[in-house]
Amino acid sequence: MADELVLLDFWPSPFGMRVRIALAEKGIKHEYREEDLRNKSALLLQMNPVHKKIPVLIHNGKPVCESLIQVQYIDEVWHDQAPLLPSDPYQRAIARFWADFVDKKIYELGRKIWTTKGEEQETGKKEFIECLKLLEGELGDKPYFGGENLGYVDVVLVPFYSWFLAYEKCGNFSIEAECPKLIAWAQRCLQKESVSKSLPDQEKVYGFVLQLKKIFGIE
Amino acid sequence: MAEEVKLFGMWASPFSRRVELALKLKGIPYEYIEEDLSNKSPSLLKYNPIHKKVPLLVHKEKPLAESLVILEYLDETWKNNPILPQDPYERAMARFWAKFIDEKLLPTAAKVSHSTGKEQEQGVEEVHQQLKILENELKGKEFFAGQSIGYLDIVAHVLFWFYSAGEASGVNALTTEKFPIIYEWIEKLIKIDAVNECRIPKEKHQDFIRLRRESLKSASK
Repeated sequence: MADELVLLDFWPSPFGMRVRIALAEKGIKHEYREEDLRNKSALLLQMNPVHKKIPVLIHNGKPVCESLIQVQYIDEVWHDQAPLLPSDPYQRAIARFWADFVDKKIYELGRKIWTTKGEEQETGKKEFIECLKLLEGELGDKPYFGGENLGYVDVVLVPFYSWFLAYEKCGNFSIEAECPKLIAWAQRCLQKESVSKSLPDQEKVYGFVLQLKKIFGIE
Repeated sequence: MAEEVKLFGMWASPFSRRVELALKLKGIPYEYIEEDLSNKSPSLLKYNPIHKKVPLLVHKEKPLAESLVILEYLDETWKNNPILPQDPYERAMARFWAKFIDEKLLPTAAKVSHSTGKEQEQGVEEVHQQLKILENELKGKEFFAGQSIGYLDIVAHVLFWFYSAGEASGVNALTTEKFPIIYEWIEKLIKIDAVNECRIPKEKHQDFIRLRRESLKSASK
């Protein structure tokens, strides 16, 4: 029986990108459906009634919501191909810790950078860089967070790279100047087809952010 | 060996108690270290430099932070009395509801506990909506995990905090009339030894909440 997999997504969503990368890494056939978040489909509302958000992964009619949960689900079901989480329980816990860290910090701080200005923005920038430096520390000398190959934390973090230009332009700073190792890591990830095909172009995301700023009246 | 596992915790923290409950349910011996959060120990700061919070588990000198991460680690390392389901879809659902509790319900409950007047009223309404959604997951089951207690029950046992906080936070958001199914579940839970051992003393807890509300009130003046 063939597996039926549908991904409800929205092209600039870093959370959606995580799932795209995981599916691509494992070569899993699926149907991609673009959602218009100002006009959510009946299917989205039915499959994620609690949060009404994307991404939603629908596997043989059953929905899985929340990107970290989806990536772990994909890793567990398709465990034979390109494993994302390490096999050692302590290493798995460390990977989950850092994924949780990314979720708690990067999105909100990034958001602060493009939606605020003045002192609030400066604080956002400072904290954002501090978090990236902590992540650089965790990466160390490894080519990927997952070691020799792309792993869970790589999949969780790299989507935000597509938003870096937008953060830099809105915040008037250079992420590469502060965190060159992380930029080198991101570009290494982009060498992989699973990542390059899943991340939109940085300029496209920047254009999207400018549009959002206009709509929400943010200068 | 009890020295192999250390838990740095705090008696009033539901996250800390959650890990204790898992340790007890799995029969894992551990050493408990009570932290004074206004004066954190050098060990805590050394082992958890990023968040500097409890609970913090140290197993054979290797530290782990974040209660949900710790729960999964415990389950993968000590295979007896499994707390997470075997099936990947069931696991995804358990994780989803755990996240809902931690990221939606608890912050709203904290708002209710620390506020007054209109803000508190709004908070209570939100909590009610979220509790109703969560209660749905219990329908037709003995426990969130099914026939016996599991991961989601351990995560959700934080609802005790509402139950125990009660009037101390100025309003009782969790009542038997509104949430009979949750109440029934709490009654079942407290019959389990391990759960009883992790209960926080009601009066001590209520005093703690009252003190917090006072200090927040004076801080905002």
